[in-house]
Amino acid sequence: MRIGIRNITKRFGAFTALAGVNLEIVTGELVALLGPSGSGKTTLLRIIAGLDWPDEGQVFLDGQDASERSVRQRQVGFVFQHYALFRHMTVFENVAFGLRVNRRATRLGEEEIRRRVETLLDLVQLKWLANRYPSSLSGGQRQRIALARALAIEPRVLLLDEPFGALDAKVRKELRRWLRNLHEDIHVTSVFVTHDQEEALEVADRVVVMNEGRIEQIGTPKDIYDSPATRFVHEFIGETVMVPVSVENSTIVYKGIETDLGAQGLKNGPANLFARPYEIEVVAPNDAVITGKITRVHGLGPARRAEVVLGNNNIVEIDIPRLRELQEGQTVGLTPHRYRLFAAGG
Amino acid sequence: MSVVLGTLRPSSASKRARHLRDSRREPLLVGWILTAIAVTFLVVFLVLPLATVFHQALGRGFAAYIKALMELDALAAIRLTLVVSVIAVASNLAFGVIAAWAITKFEFPGKSALITLIDLPFSVSPVISGLVFVLLFGAQGFFGAWLQAHDIQILFALPGLVLATTLVTFPFVARELIPLMQEQGTQDEEVAISLGASGLQTFFRVTLPNVKWALLYGVLLCNARAMGEFGAVSVVSGHVRGETNTMPLYVEILYNEYKFMAAFAVASLLALLALVTLVAKIVLEQRATSE
Repeated sequence: MRIGIRNITKRFGAFTALAGVNLEIVTGELVALLGPSGSGKTTLLRIIAGLDWPDEGQVFLDGQDASERSVRQRQVGFVFQHYALFRHMTVFENVAFGLRVNRRATRLGEEEIRRRVETLLDLVQLKWLANRYPSSLSGGQRQRIALARALAIEPRVLLLDEPFGALDAKVRKELRRWLRNLHEDIHVTSVFVTHDQEEALEVADRVVVMNEGRIEQIGTPKDIYDSPATRFVHEFIGETVMVPVSVENSTIVYKGIETDLGAQGLKNGPANLFARPYEIEVVAPNDAVITGKITRVHGLGPARRAEVVLGNNNIVEIDIPRLRELQEGQTVGLTPHRYRLFAAGG
Repeated sequence: MSVVLGTLRPSSASKRARHLRDSRREPLLVGWILTAIAVTFLVVFLVLPLATVFHQALGRGFAAYIKALMELDALAAIRLTLVVSVIAVASNLAFGVIAAWAITKFEFPGKSALITLIDLPFSVSPVISGLVFVLLFGAQGFFGAWLQAHDIQILFALPGLVLATTLVTFPFVARELIPLMQEQGTQDEEVAISLGASGLQTFFRVTLPNVKWALLYGVLLCNARAMGEFGAVSVVSGHVRGETNTMPLYVEILYNEYKFMAAFAVASLLALLALVTLVAKIVLEQRATSE
């Protein structure tokens, strides 16, 4: 199902959870809503589901305005962070719930329900738990049952709210790979909320980065990581080296000295240079404008790091080659071979 | 040398262990005194009165006991008590579930006021609860003239007894449900609705099963209190023998007429109810924790 989100605004009292959000999700996509807590990502998911209502704006499902349609009528599968399995029902009955309460003409016979539930339990590879109660299941198993339950009604869209948030790191990793594979098998349009960037970048086709009720950037994981559109995205995702500079006549000026680095179209004024630790090369002090003193070299194996103090008490971490001889206390030059520039204070 | 070490070490370790264990315990004497006080208290204030009731009731033999209970007035009192408590418990069951549902699953203005109101009957003397109805429905009361004009009898009749009992036992079911439902939140309901369940389906298939033990427990307490209620019922009853006397009122009348054996015979039924309630409560609590 295609999902269109137009100008959605939602306030809780004085707090603005969503401020004019626009988003298009195409059929069969797996989209991550990524952001810190309070960024409005869960509110947006609940509005898509019909569990919350926007103050302004509309949700379109397959081109139709869904404002008049309740959560019952939207045919969405919603999976909560804490699973919310019905504790007084067996795993089988949990998965069968949506089929049993369905009052449409298509209500299935007992035999058909059994068959469907068993197929779903096969899909989540937990058929052997059919007669157990949720209290005897592990977190990962519960989440997979919650997913099977949501899939039972053949939802047109699957919405997952921090689906792996309550699990420990190892199970989390397994489960997200499993979810990715599952999505490739069944191809239902899916939106999941997460605050874990690694999870979003690994699983999703596209990532929507949110902050303070607004969308900062929409793009493929590669776009988001390699070409952050805003300072927030750069700092929120991956590691960041930040150097305060200024722009004069389309070139970057560092501490009053002009560099040969281009200003990427930024207007004159104070700015910040952003780069990843591996995008900066350590050179001789005379070969670069940006210089600093190494305070510490740490890390073994491929990930060796140097902490460099720039003149203004700004400590940055730079990746250094394995065999490069660097001493603590040594002054070095830093040359970014890739970087992004954002206006300061913006 | 090795033999000496081998025997010394375990013994000194166990000595240390015993010392540790001892240091975490009260001295023996204190333990005994505390236990004795608790047991004495229980015996004097609970076991002894209960035993007295049954002793007095059966004082002239089992045949006399049964005969006292088979008196027409006694049977009428038992029947009236059952009718009143069935109606009161049923209406408080409905009210309690609705109130708890509204308070815990929805946001609305005046919510905290409603929570406070539910507790009111706990903090008001039952006599006042009865008097309220006299002031409302009595001959000089607010609706008195109207009721008389339409020939409707509320006071000194079944409706008055039911109203007074319902008011006094008002909080029991809601009080049991609200904390549990608050803790459970609304997520299960949201899942059910998103899976296509209607409001009623959600209530009967998800909400109600989630609170069934607390609900039964609340009904149990509500019933025990409804059958045993004296103060409020006494004010609105009118004490018409064989007509408006519930069991507790009937016990008092018999007692005042020096029919001690009969009084205790009827009282023993109420005591039995208490014991049954207690056992049922224990069973319910075990079922609830095992789930």
